[in-house]
Amino acid sequence: MNTTPRIVSDDSVPRLRRGVRMVDSSAQGGTVLLAPERVFKPDPIAIEILKRCDGTATVGAIVDDLAATFSAPRERVLVDVKTLLGSLADKQLLEL
Amino acid sequence: MAAGNGQVLHKPLGLLAELTHRCPLGCPYCSNPVQLERRSDELDTATWARVFREAAALGVLQVHISGGEPGARRDLVEIVAAAHAGPLYTNLITSGVGLSKETLAALAEVGLDHVQISIQDSQAASADTIAGYKGAYARKNALAAEAVRLGLPLTINMVVHRANIDRIEEMVEQALRLAAGRIEIAHVQYYGWALENRAALMPTREQVERAVETVEALRVKHHGRIVIDAVVPDYYARFPKPCVGGWGRRSLNVTPSGRVLPCHAAEVIPGLEFWSVRDHSLGEIWQSSPAFNTFRGTDWMQEPCASCSRREQDFGGCRCQAFLLTGDARATDPVCHLAPNHALTAELAAVQEERPYVYRR
Repeated sequence: MNTTPRIVSDDSVPRLRRGVRMVDSSAQGGTVLLAPERVFKPDPIAIEILKRCDGTATVGAIVDDLAATFSAPRERVLVDVKTLLGSLADKQLLEL
Repeated sequence: MAAGNGQVLHKPLGLLAELTHRCPLGCPYCSNPVQLERRSDELDTATWARVFREAAALGVLQVHISGGEPGARRDLVEIVAAAHAGPLYTNLITSGVGLSKETLAALAEVGLDHVQISIQDSQAASADTIAGYKGAYARKNALAAEAVRLGLPLTINMVVHRANIDRIEEMVEQALRLAAGRIEIAHVQYYGWALENRAALMPTREQVERAVETVEALRVKHHGRIVIDAVVPDYYARFPKPCVGGWGRRSLNVTPSGRVLPCHAAEVIPGLEFWSVRDHSLGEIWQSSPAFNTFRGTDWMQEPCASCSRREQDFGGCRCQAFLLTGDARATDPVCHLAPNHALTAELAAVQEERPYVYRR
């Protein structure tokens, strides 16, 4: 599908949309993201990002926290976070 | 964990809970069996609550509360509360008729996660004709608006066939106006009532090809605004659908009376032994019921499925369809272009008659 990526701003405050829940399922082997008639298995990086999307933290603050927690270069974390959040917003899983 | 026949046993992800076969509508493509179960045979509230707890323990993540019209159950709010407590992600699949705004608000209150409402067409008169219920269209739209007002995520489901397939674009526009987050464009699947009405419902090949192109264009046009999911029109497909993601692999279906099926149509296959939640736990049924183990894995397959590189992708297609079209439930689904009987689907699809629907009653 040929579409332009969504622009995600540093000041956005991401949170899971109503109807989207992240839960732990030992039977299904870990954390799953439940959405209307869909189930996603986020990878460990996505889980760390999503855990911080609490509806109060800005994208900038989430990136700062991740960069500090994992001693990772901020620029790279920023790209990863914005790519993931943009793609989840396009799938109607996240509000920005 | 291993299944009774030595196959690897997967954990189910989804449970379709058919609370009742009662429904005010008469849609001629209804997925319920032609022999409907009676109200007096329906499971009670406490049994459903047990089924939901057992489902969650088994690994099920999502329950689809369906029917018939689930709103016909007076204990719907208690049932949804029990599903939520399961704990399960709880999805209500409703016709939007026979479910009051007050009940919907109560459902949102007890933890309903998502609601799916079917709309039969973008034009009111046609929609009411298809549903066999005057005023259905207006009531569905009103309930959809109420769901959004309550903050419930909304999916609009549109079942497409010859009479409405040319209005997919209008339906998507309508779903956007209703602020739905998702629309399902589901081509009729020919089982049960739909099989009775096949000649009256079957679209032309040109219509189907146009519909596929329309859906692709709409996905690009509305990217990021609404999720458009489409179920393929299988008589016109090259490969069969991987029915229920593989028999006894990802989902199970509990009928109003408590029989547990690998898919909602499975009762059409003769000789399968289904177990009931009245006699067994859901876990026992998933692992050991003969019906679940009959077509689990790939050992049951014949050629060309048995040696096919797609055997764990398509799982031979749909067992019910294989039986309904060839008389042999172990045959390759004739929808597959590799099936010995593949020519049959084109012949059957070519039978299109302008005749009144046989309404589901």
